[in-house]
Amino acid sequence: MSLLTLSNVTKRFGGLTAVNDLSFTLTAGETVGLLGPNGSGKTTALNMISGYLPVTAGTIALDGTTISTLGPERIAHRGVARTFQLVRALPSLTVGENVLAALAFRKDPLWGSEAEARIETLLQNVGLAGRQHERASNLTYIDLKRMELARALATGPKLLLLDEWLAGLNPTELRAGIDLITRLRQSGITILLVEHVMDAVRALCTRCIVMNTGSRLADGPTTDVLADKSVIRAYLGDDHA
Amino acid sequence: MIFLIPLVALAALAAVPFFVGAYPLGLGIGILGYATLATAWALFSGPTRYISLATVAFFGIGAYTVAVLADLMPYPLVLLCAALIGLVVAVLVGLATLRLAGIYFVIFTFGLAELVRQLVTYYEVNVTRTLGRYVFLPIGPEHIYWQLLGLLAVTLALAFWISRAKIGLALRVIGDDPVVASHLGIGITRTKLALFSLSAVVMTLAGAIQAPRWTYIEPSIVFNPTVSFLTVIMALLGGPNRLFGPLLGAVPLFLLFEWLSANFPNHYSIILGLLFIAIVFLLPNGVLAAADKFAARFKNKEASV
Amino acid sequence: MLFSAILTGLVLGGTYALIAMGLTLQYGVARIMNLAYGDLIIAGSFGAMLLFTAAGINPLIALFIVVPLGFALSWLVYALMLQPLARRSPNRDRLEGDSILATFGLLFVIQGVALVLFGANYQSYSFLAVPIDVLGTTIAANRLLAFALAVLFGVGLWLLLTRTRFGTVIRAVAANPGSAPLVGINVDHVARLAFALGGGLAAAGGVVVSMYLTFSATMGVIFTMKALIVVIMGGVGNLLGALAAGLILGVVETLVSSFIDPGLTLAATYLIFLAVLVVRPQGLFGKAAR
Repeated sequence: MSLLTLSNVTKRFGGLTAVNDLSFTLTAGETVGLLGPNGSGKTTALNMISGYLPVTAGTIALDGTTISTLGPERIAHRGVARTFQLVRALPSLTVGENVLAALAFRKDPLWGSEAEARIETLLQNVGLAGRQHERASNLTYIDLKRMELARALATGPKLLLLDEWLAGLNPTELRAGIDLITRLRQSGITILLVEHVMDAVRALCTRCIVMNTGSRLADGPTTDVLADKSVIRAYLGDDHA
Repeated sequence: MIFLIPLVALAALAAVPFFVGAYPLGLGIGILGYATLATAWALFSGPTRYISLATVAFFGIGAYTVAVLADLMPYPLVLLCAALIGLVVAVLVGLATLRLAGIYFVIFTFGLAELVRQLVTYYEVNVTRTLGRYVFLPIGPEHIYWQLLGLLAVTLALAFWISRAKIGLALRVIGDDPVVASHLGIGITRTKLALFSLSAVVMTLAGAIQAPRWTYIEPSIVFNPTVSFLTVIMALLGGPNRLFGPLLGAVPLFLLFEWLSANFPNHYSIILGLLFIAIVFLLPNGVLAAADKFAARFKNKEASV
Repeated sequence: MLFSAILTGLVLGGTYALIAMGLTLQYGVARIMNLAYGDLIIAGSFGAMLLFTAAGINPLIALFIVVPLGFALSWLVYALMLQPLARRSPNRDRLEGDSILATFGLLFVIQGVALVLFGANYQSYSFLAVPIDVLGTTIAANRLLAFALAVLFGVGLWLLLTRTRFGTVIRAVAANPGSAPLVGINVDHVARLAFALGGGLAAAGGVVVSMYLTFSATMGVIFTMKALIVVIMGGVGNLLGALAAGLILGVVETLVSSFIDPGLTLAATYLIFLAVLVVRPQGLFGKAAR
């Protein structure tokens, strides 16, 4: 059952082609890695899927319906949630309010005591139990990432886009982060992971798509892709292929 | 329990017309009128930071609607018409500008009052051929006072409710990060439009209610740019993000304005302008916020001792 | 009749383009949304009128007095009022909001002074009000002179921006104020100079306007509006765009005034503005936001 389909998606910024004729399909329940060196267009691809950027050409479909013509609010209502490369907390709100915002404006909104209960559960799942009333601006980096994840999950998405969520973590935090996402996988949610941390990719993703300078370089099972000569060349240069 | 204090205050204010003479009552009407305008202004421009310079456009629409329709239909219906016209204009302005960055909105509202004034003038001169209308309604100053008091109370109640309701949360999210807001499913333009429309309708009614005070109404009288100016300076002084901020800014500034325009009829513009600039510089978040900061520092000093 | 209106409109459009140039500098480079801009124009008009009626100095000479005054006044305004705001603003949006409010206050100050000094009546003076035959239709000489001056200033500004080192510095700050310091540009300095230059152009615009239009102390708002609309329609920072937009505005306004009703010119201007906002908010020649 295909959940997300990109068909010949292209994104141009004036003279620069950031994404070039990208096509791939995600099946429901998969955890797929989106890899590639810096500047290969991974985040731009995510931005188009979430509706933050319009496509220049091509279509993106979710569950068979085209979403590339919709704005981010409508796409969010159809079940897409994401985290951002640089964490975007809502600094003047508390942790609880950050999550409440996600619950209050989703397709089937929650408010009041129902919401409070759900907030507790969500925060518990990401390791922030009981911290609803702390101001978001006072949190550490890893806790902000957890909060952002809780906020994304609060919308009840079918598709979760993680933009380098595991970046900048020390080994202990990384272990905890990988465990968190492993548990998420078991809930049946589809995850598209933009990542550079290869240990995490190997641990979490059954399949990987590799991009280079905007185009798709490889698409297949993780072990195969990571051993592919052209992929190694793209990351490390000709000497290492 | 917490609602007891405002209710007592409301009752006390309502009793005022029975105890004071004509001049203080006139001052009271002026204060209530501006308090309402300033609160309505801050309702939208406070959280969204979209600065509206169009207050008098709506105020004037309200007053002029009464001038035109007062003889044709019962008073409550006239007020309803005024509110509807204000709503339509607000929705048109909002649809055109609120989906864009704040600067477009500011520019559009900047000339809006002038535009409406010119359109009304054109219509009166060329179509109805009556520039200037008389308002003879059997509505005394006490009734205007009470209506304004009611409007102010409703506006404050609405502002309070908004801060606790979902839309208040939406505004705070939008204010912190519009990108996150849209990814959480918040319709940013829709939210702004709702708030702007509400604010505009209140302003229109404030103008409509005060129309009977002028027995003779002409576009240049009711579309006076000083009204927009005073509204903004009052809200800024008191603090546009506090519930009672605009009200607290309105009282002293209105009295100052009355005194200035009586004693310096030609120069008050300059003095107010300088005062405005001073407020923007010294009290960027208004008196209440500055007072809060001061109190916090005082408390810190106590704690460290 | 139509041809005459179009020609008159182009001439008026030249003045609008000139007026918009100063605002482009102030908003595009110094990032100040100056709501008092139109009042500086009016101040220039009053200055020219005063010099003409009291001292017999014709407007062309008056330019040499009024423009430097406008430059100096704007320099002071920026240094005393706007630079401190720029320094304490955490981001561009906050600066925009604060500068709008501060210049809104300034508007009332300047307008108040003008009202005290000159009253609220319409003013004008007669200079070169001689009809000249152009391509079969007659236009007043002062209007043609106004157009010539607009072209002169426009070309002068364009040369400054594209042929001088300082012009390149200005364009660098306009393009990316965050990175400009990385190449050794003192953004504060440049912003102040650009703002002052914009003020000088506003004063020049005021002198030009006074040559053939009636004006009053309270017309500042209308001029600010038109300058803003021209700048936005042309795309912020785009000089050629401002020129084109100014000409379009002038022509449309004159056509509406001649064939529909002179009382609807502001409405026509707003309608154009509305159309631009709905269809292409980055301006006819501006770059798309995303």
